[in-house]
Amino acid sequence: MPASVEETGALLAGQGYVADRALTTAVHLALAMGRPLLLEGEPGTGKTEIAKVLAAGLGRRLVRLQCYDGLDLSAAAYEWDYAKQLMAIRLGETAGAEDRKALSKDIYGRDFLLARPLLSAIDPALPPAVLLIDELDRADEPFEAFLLELLADFQLTIPEFGTIAAVEKPVVIVTSNRTREIHDAVRRRCLYQWVDYPDAARERAILRNKAPGISVLLSAEIVAFVQRIRQVDIFKLPGVAETIDWAAALTALDQEELAPGAVADTLGVLLKYQDDIANVRGADLARYVADAKDAARAA
Amino acid sequence: MSEPDGTLADNVMHFARLLRRAGLPVGPAETVAATTALRHIDIGKRSVFQAALRAVMVHRHEHRELFDQAFSLFWRNPDASRFASALAAMEGMRAPDEERAAPGSRRIAEAMAATKARPPREEEPPQTFDASLTFSERERLQTMDFEAMSAKDIANAKLQIAKLRLPLDERRTRRWRPSTVGARRSLKATIRRSMRTGGEIVTLAREARVVKPPPLVILCDISGSMARYAQVLLHFAHSVANDRTRVSVFLFGTRLSNVTRQLRDRDAEVAFQMISDIVPDWSGGTRIGEVLAKFNRDWSRRVLGQGAVVLLVTDGLDREGAVGLEENIARLHRSCRRLIWLNPLLRWDGFSPKTQGAKVMLPHVDEFRPVHNLASLQSLIVSLSALPPPRGAAINAWREDT
Repeated sequence: MPASVEETGALLAGQGYVADRALTTAVHLALAMGRPLLLEGEPGTGKTEIAKVLAAGLGRRLVRLQCYDGLDLSAAAYEWDYAKQLMAIRLGETAGAEDRKALSKDIYGRDFLLARPLLSAIDPALPPAVLLIDELDRADEPFEAFLLELLADFQLTIPEFGTIAAVEKPVVIVTSNRTREIHDAVRRRCLYQWVDYPDAARERAILRNKAPGISVLLSAEIVAFVQRIRQVDIFKLPGVAETIDWAAALTALDQEELAPGAVADTLGVLLKYQDDIANVRGADLARYVADAKDAARAA
Repeated sequence: MSEPDGTLADNVMHFARLLRRAGLPVGPAETVAATTALRHIDIGKRSVFQAALRAVMVHRHEHRELFDQAFSLFWRNPDASRFASALAAMEGMRAPDEERAAPGSRRIAEAMAATKARPPREEEPPQTFDASLTFSERERLQTMDFEAMSAKDIANAKLQIAKLRLPLDERRTRRWRPSTVGARRSLKATIRRSMRTGGEIVTLAREARVVKPPPLVILCDISGSMARYAQVLLHFAHSVANDRTRVSVFLFGTRLSNVTRQLRDRDAEVAFQMISDIVPDWSGGTRIGEVLAKFNRDWSRRVLGQGAVVLLVTDGLDREGAVGLEENIARLHRSCRRLIWLNPLLRWDGFSPKTQGAKVMLPHVDEFRPVHNLASLQSLIVSLSALPPPRGAAINAWREDT
């Protein structure tokens, strides 16, 4: 575990993740205090990436739980192996079922338990993990309530079996895109960090890491253009992920610098709503490109 | 690293108290966590110090700005006994015109001054009325226009409204619960039950889908032309918000305010007092297009998930001549499962959608209903629990008429 905020920053940077001071501090505190970290922010700002980077940097296995509406215990935490249980019951019958209590103890043993992501993340028999609970806002409220025990005490209580607690606390990263408000009870158990769109300098650094082949001029112009577009009144602002995709798209088209034609043709990589594309592609496109070139030259 | 010394711990505690008074939910748990957090960082670096306290003490993005303001005030001069000087600094920060100081700084200033004085309540004669109405009185109230009601009638109507329940058409979820007549068998419960009979499976346990009402979003116009209706409908919104979960309420005139949290207060008067404190545009004009654009941009993705039903309460009279209304009402319609427009003007038989706003909005709503008296509210409730009509069907009524 890193011993200071600077070391945490170095750990993230070592894996190619460019984080600002606030995010680095929050990650460091989550590691140092052993608390879950709730990351909220617009899609495509690198929330999920943090968990991956931490797993790689700390040399831990990554356990990922993608949330969706209707996610329940049997998909998220554990399930009993019914086929095996039925088999054991049959075997018990042929052997002569003299001891019913023993049977129920047998078939609710650890061997019959199928571990799903949450259980696997705190399983004492496995090496310590980084647990990523991705897009918690997509799950429904009952699932949040179920998470509370895990987030507070890093343990799971299975009625038939007992409590399974982590020997070494997993690093827990919870992400949310805010399609629904996460309940206060979950928030209180986590450290909180809002992940914003990066500023131009940080976005250039990210692009350098993620698209190393690209020319300095083009990457500066791409970042300046995206930053300019984020000032425009559109429905869905492009995230960092879109910036990286767009850089790849322009490289694939052998562009050396931004040209209004190529920009107009590839806007679908950057913007995902027709209204937004029409809005940007309109009369102002040439001006946005010119602004971006000015900003890139200044940077 | 180092143990925070006594003064620092004291100051963290005072800072927590300041945040609490400014309205952030900062409890002892956060204060303790903050003290712990400071052990893990280099407190000599101000930005790290601030980021650390923020990560621990703030749980919502909305509170961030308030926190940052409080931080810069308090830790500029982190001596609890010198609050006064911080407060003086605060005065200088206020915008010269004073009319629109940042809401956060005003709240912090109030918190630092620790004044208990709340804005005076509106002068209202104390209401004493008999809650047990006679039948004929109730009858009269049912069909009386909200606009024509006296203060006493309104008070009675509010009592009736508080009793209304809103049974939305239930949505099937992907969750299952035990049920003897369920559609799916449950192996887990079957095996557990078989333990009673020594492993012999006697009956199959079954489970059924959980159904629950969809989220409800109320967008209510509080402009001058809607003032009387808004007053009553706000009571309706209050009783609905307290009756069930997943209700969001927004008020709009020239700007949009989310009042969901305030409305959750059980006491209607307390809730309305809090709302009138935060809503700046009572009884002004309306800019529906702009307000819907803001809703679509900032809120639709956060509150319209899981098949939400939207109640849009407005008379459709737009100050800006319906600028930007078309595309925004269309987007709102696409982002929700059912869009119902409640319009008090519909009470007149001769009403037809002639205004610019109404013409633009009508093709994009699923239902168009009056809300001007208790009877219309009740018929709204009946229709909400029925299956929704085909999408965009509201305009057909007008097409057939003409």
